[in-house]
This record gives sequence, C-alpha cells and structure tokens, in this order.
Amino acid sequence: MFKSKALRTWCHKNLFNSKMNSFLSVVIVVILFKFLSYFYAWFVTNAVWIGDAAACREASGACVVFIKEKYNFILFGFYPRAEIYRPILCIVLLLSLVIYSSYEKNWKKCTLILWALLFLVSTILMGGGIFSLPIVESDQWGGLPLTLILSVVGIFVSYPLGIVLALGRRSKMPIIRIFSTCYIELIRGVPMISLLFMSSVMFPLFLPEGVVIDKIIRAQIAIIMFVCAYMAEVVRGGLQAIPRGQYEAAEALGLNYFQTMRLVILPQALKVVIPPTVNTVIGMFKDTSLVIIIALFDLMSTMKTALKDPEWLGFNVEGYIFIALIYFMFCFSMGKYSRTLEKKFNRKGTLT
Amino acid sequence: MNQVIEIKNLSKWFDDFQVLKDINLNVKKGEKIVICGPSGSGKSTLIRCVNRLEVHQEGSVRVNGIELTDNVEVIESTRKVVGMVFQHFNLFPHLTILENLTLAPMWAKKLNKNEALEIANKYLDIVQIADQAHKYPGQLSGGQKQRVAIARSLCLKPEIMLFDEPTSALDPEMVKEVLDVMTKLAEEGMTMICVTHEMGFAKQVADRMVFMDEGKIVEESSPEEFFNNPKSERTKKFLNQILH
Ligand SMILES: Nc1ncnc2c1ncn2[C@@H]1O[C@H](COP(=O)(O)OP(=O)(O)O)[C@@H](O)[C@H]1O
Ligand SMILES: [Mg+2]
Repeated sequence: MFKSKALRTWCHKNLFNSKMNSFLSVVIVVILFKFLSYFYAWFVTNAVWIGDAAACREASGACVVFIKEKYNFILFGFYPRAEIYRPILCIVLLLSLVIYSSYEKNWKKCTLILWALLFLVSTILMGGGIFSLPIVESDQWGGLPLTLILSVVGIFVSYPLGIVLALGRRSKMPIIRIFSTCYIELIRGVPMISLLFMSSVMFPLFLPEGVVIDKIIRAQIAIIMFVCAYMAEVVRGGLQAIPRGQYEAAEALGLNYFQTMRLVILPQALKVVIPPTVNTVIGMFKDTSLVIIIALFDLMSTMKTALKDPEWLGFNVEGYIFIALIYFMFCFSMGKYSRTLEKKFNRKGTLT
Repeated sequence: MNQVIEIKNLSKWFDDFQVLKDINLNVKKGEKIVICGPSGSGKSTLIRCVNRLEVHQEGSVRVNGIELTDNVEVIESTRKVVGMVFQHFNLFPHLTILENLTLAPMWAKKLNKNEALEIANKYLDIVQIADQAHKYPGQLSGGQKQRVAIARSLCLKPEIMLFDEPTSALDPEMVKEVLDVMTKLAEEGMTMICVTHEMGFAKQVADRMVFMDEGKIVEESSPEEFFNNPKSERTKKFLNQILH
C-alpha cells in the first residue's frame, strides 16, 4: 500500500507534473511498449533457437541458430579450432588484469610488471612456437582477441605518448614545441583510414630489403600514431585548467620541471580530463574495426565474413546485434568506470 | 657586507610596459623589510624577481652573493633558500596537508620519507595545525591554509622568506592567526620581505619600510620616520587612505 503510494507520488512529480510532460510521457511509453513487444515477438515468440538455416528462413523471428553456429568464428576468426583455448586464456588473463588494475590500491609499479608479463605471455600463447605450442601465424589471429590487443596496447602506448606530446606543445623550447604542434595538427588533419593504408602500404617501402614487419604491428603503429595526437589535445586541455599559481608554488619550492609536472601538475590535470580521456579511449576501441581495410580480421571483420557464408546468407540483423552487444558491453563498462573515478576524485576534494 | 639580497638598477618590462624602474634594494641577514604601495605598483613583481618567478631585463639580483641568471641550477638552489608565501596560498589540492609539506623536502632536497615527515610534523606543530595533517587543503579555512603554506615553505629551512600579501585573501577574523605566525618567525631572526598593508604588523616587525609607486621605490625609511614623518606627498596620501 505504502509502496504504491510512493510510486504514485514519484510518477506525479517526475512524469506528469505539466501538460507537456504528461504528453511526452504517454508518447514515450507507447513507443517503448510497441518496440518491446515487437522485439519480444522477434527474439522469443518467432525466433528459431533450434534448427537449421532453412528453418530460420521460414520463421519471421530471429535466427539464434546462426549465432550459435558462428559465434566461435566471430569471436576467434581463423584461429585453429584445436588451439582455441589459447585465445580464450588470453582474453581471460587480459580482462582479469584490467579489472585488477582498475582498483586504485593497485596503481603501483608491480602492476606495470604484471602488464609486461601479460604482454609476453599472450604473445607466446597466441603465436606459439615454444613450450611445444604449435605455431599460429599472426594472419590467423582474429576476432575479439585481435580487437582487444589492438585497443589495449594502443591505450598503453598512446596515453603516455599523448602526455609527452601535450607537454611538448606547451614547452618553452621552440624546436620541441614546433615539432609537437606540427605532429598533432598533421595527424588530426587526416583520417585514420589513410594512416592505416600508409602504414601497411608505404611503410614497408622504407624498410631495407628482406625486413618484414608483421601486419598487426603495422596496424598497431598506425593506431598509436593516430590516437596519441588526440590524447595529447585532451591532456593539454587539462594542463590549461591548472591555475598558474600551482606551477609557481611548485617552482618556488625548488622542484625542477619534471618534478613539477609529475608530482603537482599532471596528477591534477589528468583527473580533470577523465571524461574526455575515456571518450577518446572508447572512440579508439571502436575505431580498431577500421583495420578491416588492410585485411585484418578483427571482431567486426569476422562477423562480416560470417555473414558471407553461402549457407547462412541473410542473417545480417542477428550478426550486427551480436557484435553490437559485445562492443556495448565494453564501452559501457568503460563509461561506468570513468564515472566511478570522477566521483572518487571529487570526494577527495581535488580542486580548491 | 653581509647583504643576503642585493638588487641593483633592476628594470623589468612586460612587453613594452615597464613594471620596475631602476630599483635598488639591499637586505641584510635577519632584516625585515615591509613593502607597501598602491595596487599595480610592481610590489609582487619585485619580490618575484628575487626567486626568479619573474625574469628581469636590466640590472642584477644577487642572493647570498650569487647572481641570478638563466642557469637552471642556480635558480633551483636559490629557490631552496628563498621561501615564498602567496596571496592565494597555492597549496596542492590533490595532496594531504602532510604530503604538501613533505613534497619539497623529499624531491628537491632528496631527504628520505622519515626525515621529511619529522620536519613536516615539526612545522605543523609550530603553525599549530598538527591536528589537520591528514586532511586535504579544500577542507581547511583560509587562515589555516595560509599557515600550512608558511609551514610548507619553512620545511625547506629557507634563509629568506618572501610574503606576497599573505593576508589579503583572508576573512578579517583570520588575519591575526597568520600575522602571529609571521611575527614569531620574525622574532626568531628570519630574513623577511613582506608585501603587506597590515600597518600594525609593519610597525611591530619592520626594520625598514619601502613604499613603491608606478614601478619605482618612492620612499625607503625606518618605520618611525615612515609613519610619523613621511617625506613624499604620495606616501602621505597613501598612508592617509590606508590608515583612515
Ligand atoms: N604576467 C604579466 N603580464 C603582463 N603584465 C603584468 C603581468 N604581471 C603583472 N603585470 C602588470 O604589472 C604591473 C605590476 O603588477 P604587480 O607587480 O602584480 O603589482 P602589485 O603587486 O604592486 O599590485 C601591473 O600593472 C600588472 O598589470
Ligand atoms: Mg601583488
């Protein structure tokens, strides 16, 4: 009784407190209801959960069988089926370390060592060749592991590089300042696709005869080059938000440039720009799907390949929804984490 | 002879605006100088030239006999013997009070953490704020912040202290607690240059008064003479405005 009354008051206050608001509430509820009932029919009532492609074509609902049939390929690409435990192990290790590192109490040097270890272990796991693991060439890597590797390594390298570039752009030394500014503006002036092309087509031309750099590494370099320019501008925004008095107080205490930056300015500046930083990271996570144009099979490309299977033509919606859910899961967690960090630092009274 | 600060024919420009015009000022060890003057007269700029937060164009500034140049090592070692307290405190908001105090001893002086903590706790006691050691600056009142800022400078064991209007940003009831700390410091023989309009403090503490206007030192005299018998018209006018 009490509860329903509380609910009524809440509805009255938040949904029906004016004519306009009541109208909008009703419209939205109707649309939502229509959509949900349609989705329910598609995904549950008329869906094919057991059967084959023919059964799917007859039914008007979702073809869940398609995902059941293809999820292995979408998630892991052309990685040999017998060895599939290796990328799975990689993903589990990686996600565990990401979660471990997200706690502030673990922000210390030994976590960095863990990351270096993980990098080593996952290279061995994915590539094989020692410990009697069969070799798996990198052009067979694909799907989720590839997307995660490109993104995680991309963040790890481009964040510090972005900080260096941002400091460079504000440096008093003209050569450093001009170089940083030109680099940032140049990179921001071109689309990432062209950088990927350059690194996969032009970059090998500059290498000495016989030296071949792995295609994944070339794509990784392009991604890092691109993202660090954006990161630099994000960090620069943070640096500009720090009052001059902070620099002066640090310098007046005899701290040198690097100490001033590391101990006083950057800890504050980086906290100020947590939302745009995570924004850039999320953008990069999704942009890794562009590697499709240099024929790398990331999550997006494996899904598209699965759609082209002649036996299973025509299940685009299912495929796209499947990977949309995966992308959403990751991006949503990142956004959520960013808000947690913001709250934590605000509680500590970051700014006077 | 024992001049710790020697400023000779100092001139400084911001673009083509001349802020300081041919300033000469010497400070002996243990001397207390109070600088006053209307807003915009160049007081802050002058004392910021002493620890080279500002770069001058003409003349020379010597601290402990060493001339300030662009040499980074000279600048950094000078800043370790010249402490500075700002109008707006400039505490580091992301660090606790204790961390604010131990930062410079640990990094600029390379003391280990225990030594730094010992010094920090000692000065927190002196400015009577030990109970706030683990709070963040945002949780303190203005007067407390300024006392922390003074303690932070003292942790480097400076020989000279510069104060740039340390009480102007404070609510009136908090001015005294800060002036008390400064008075105590003066009594212990610290060499001090204070920019302040607290004339009571000046009368009590100053060995010499300096009055500045439009980038020049207009009058430099003992406090008795300065308050009872100012020479220039501008000083008289300024004192009239500030004392009444
Ligand atoms: N960074 C700066 N750039 C340009 N002009 C400045 C700068 N800092 C101070 N000024 C100018 O120099 C003059 C003296 O400033 P300041 O030394 O702060 O005066 P005071 O401390 O006596 O009020 C003022 O007119 C001020 O506008
Ligand atoms: Mg001033």
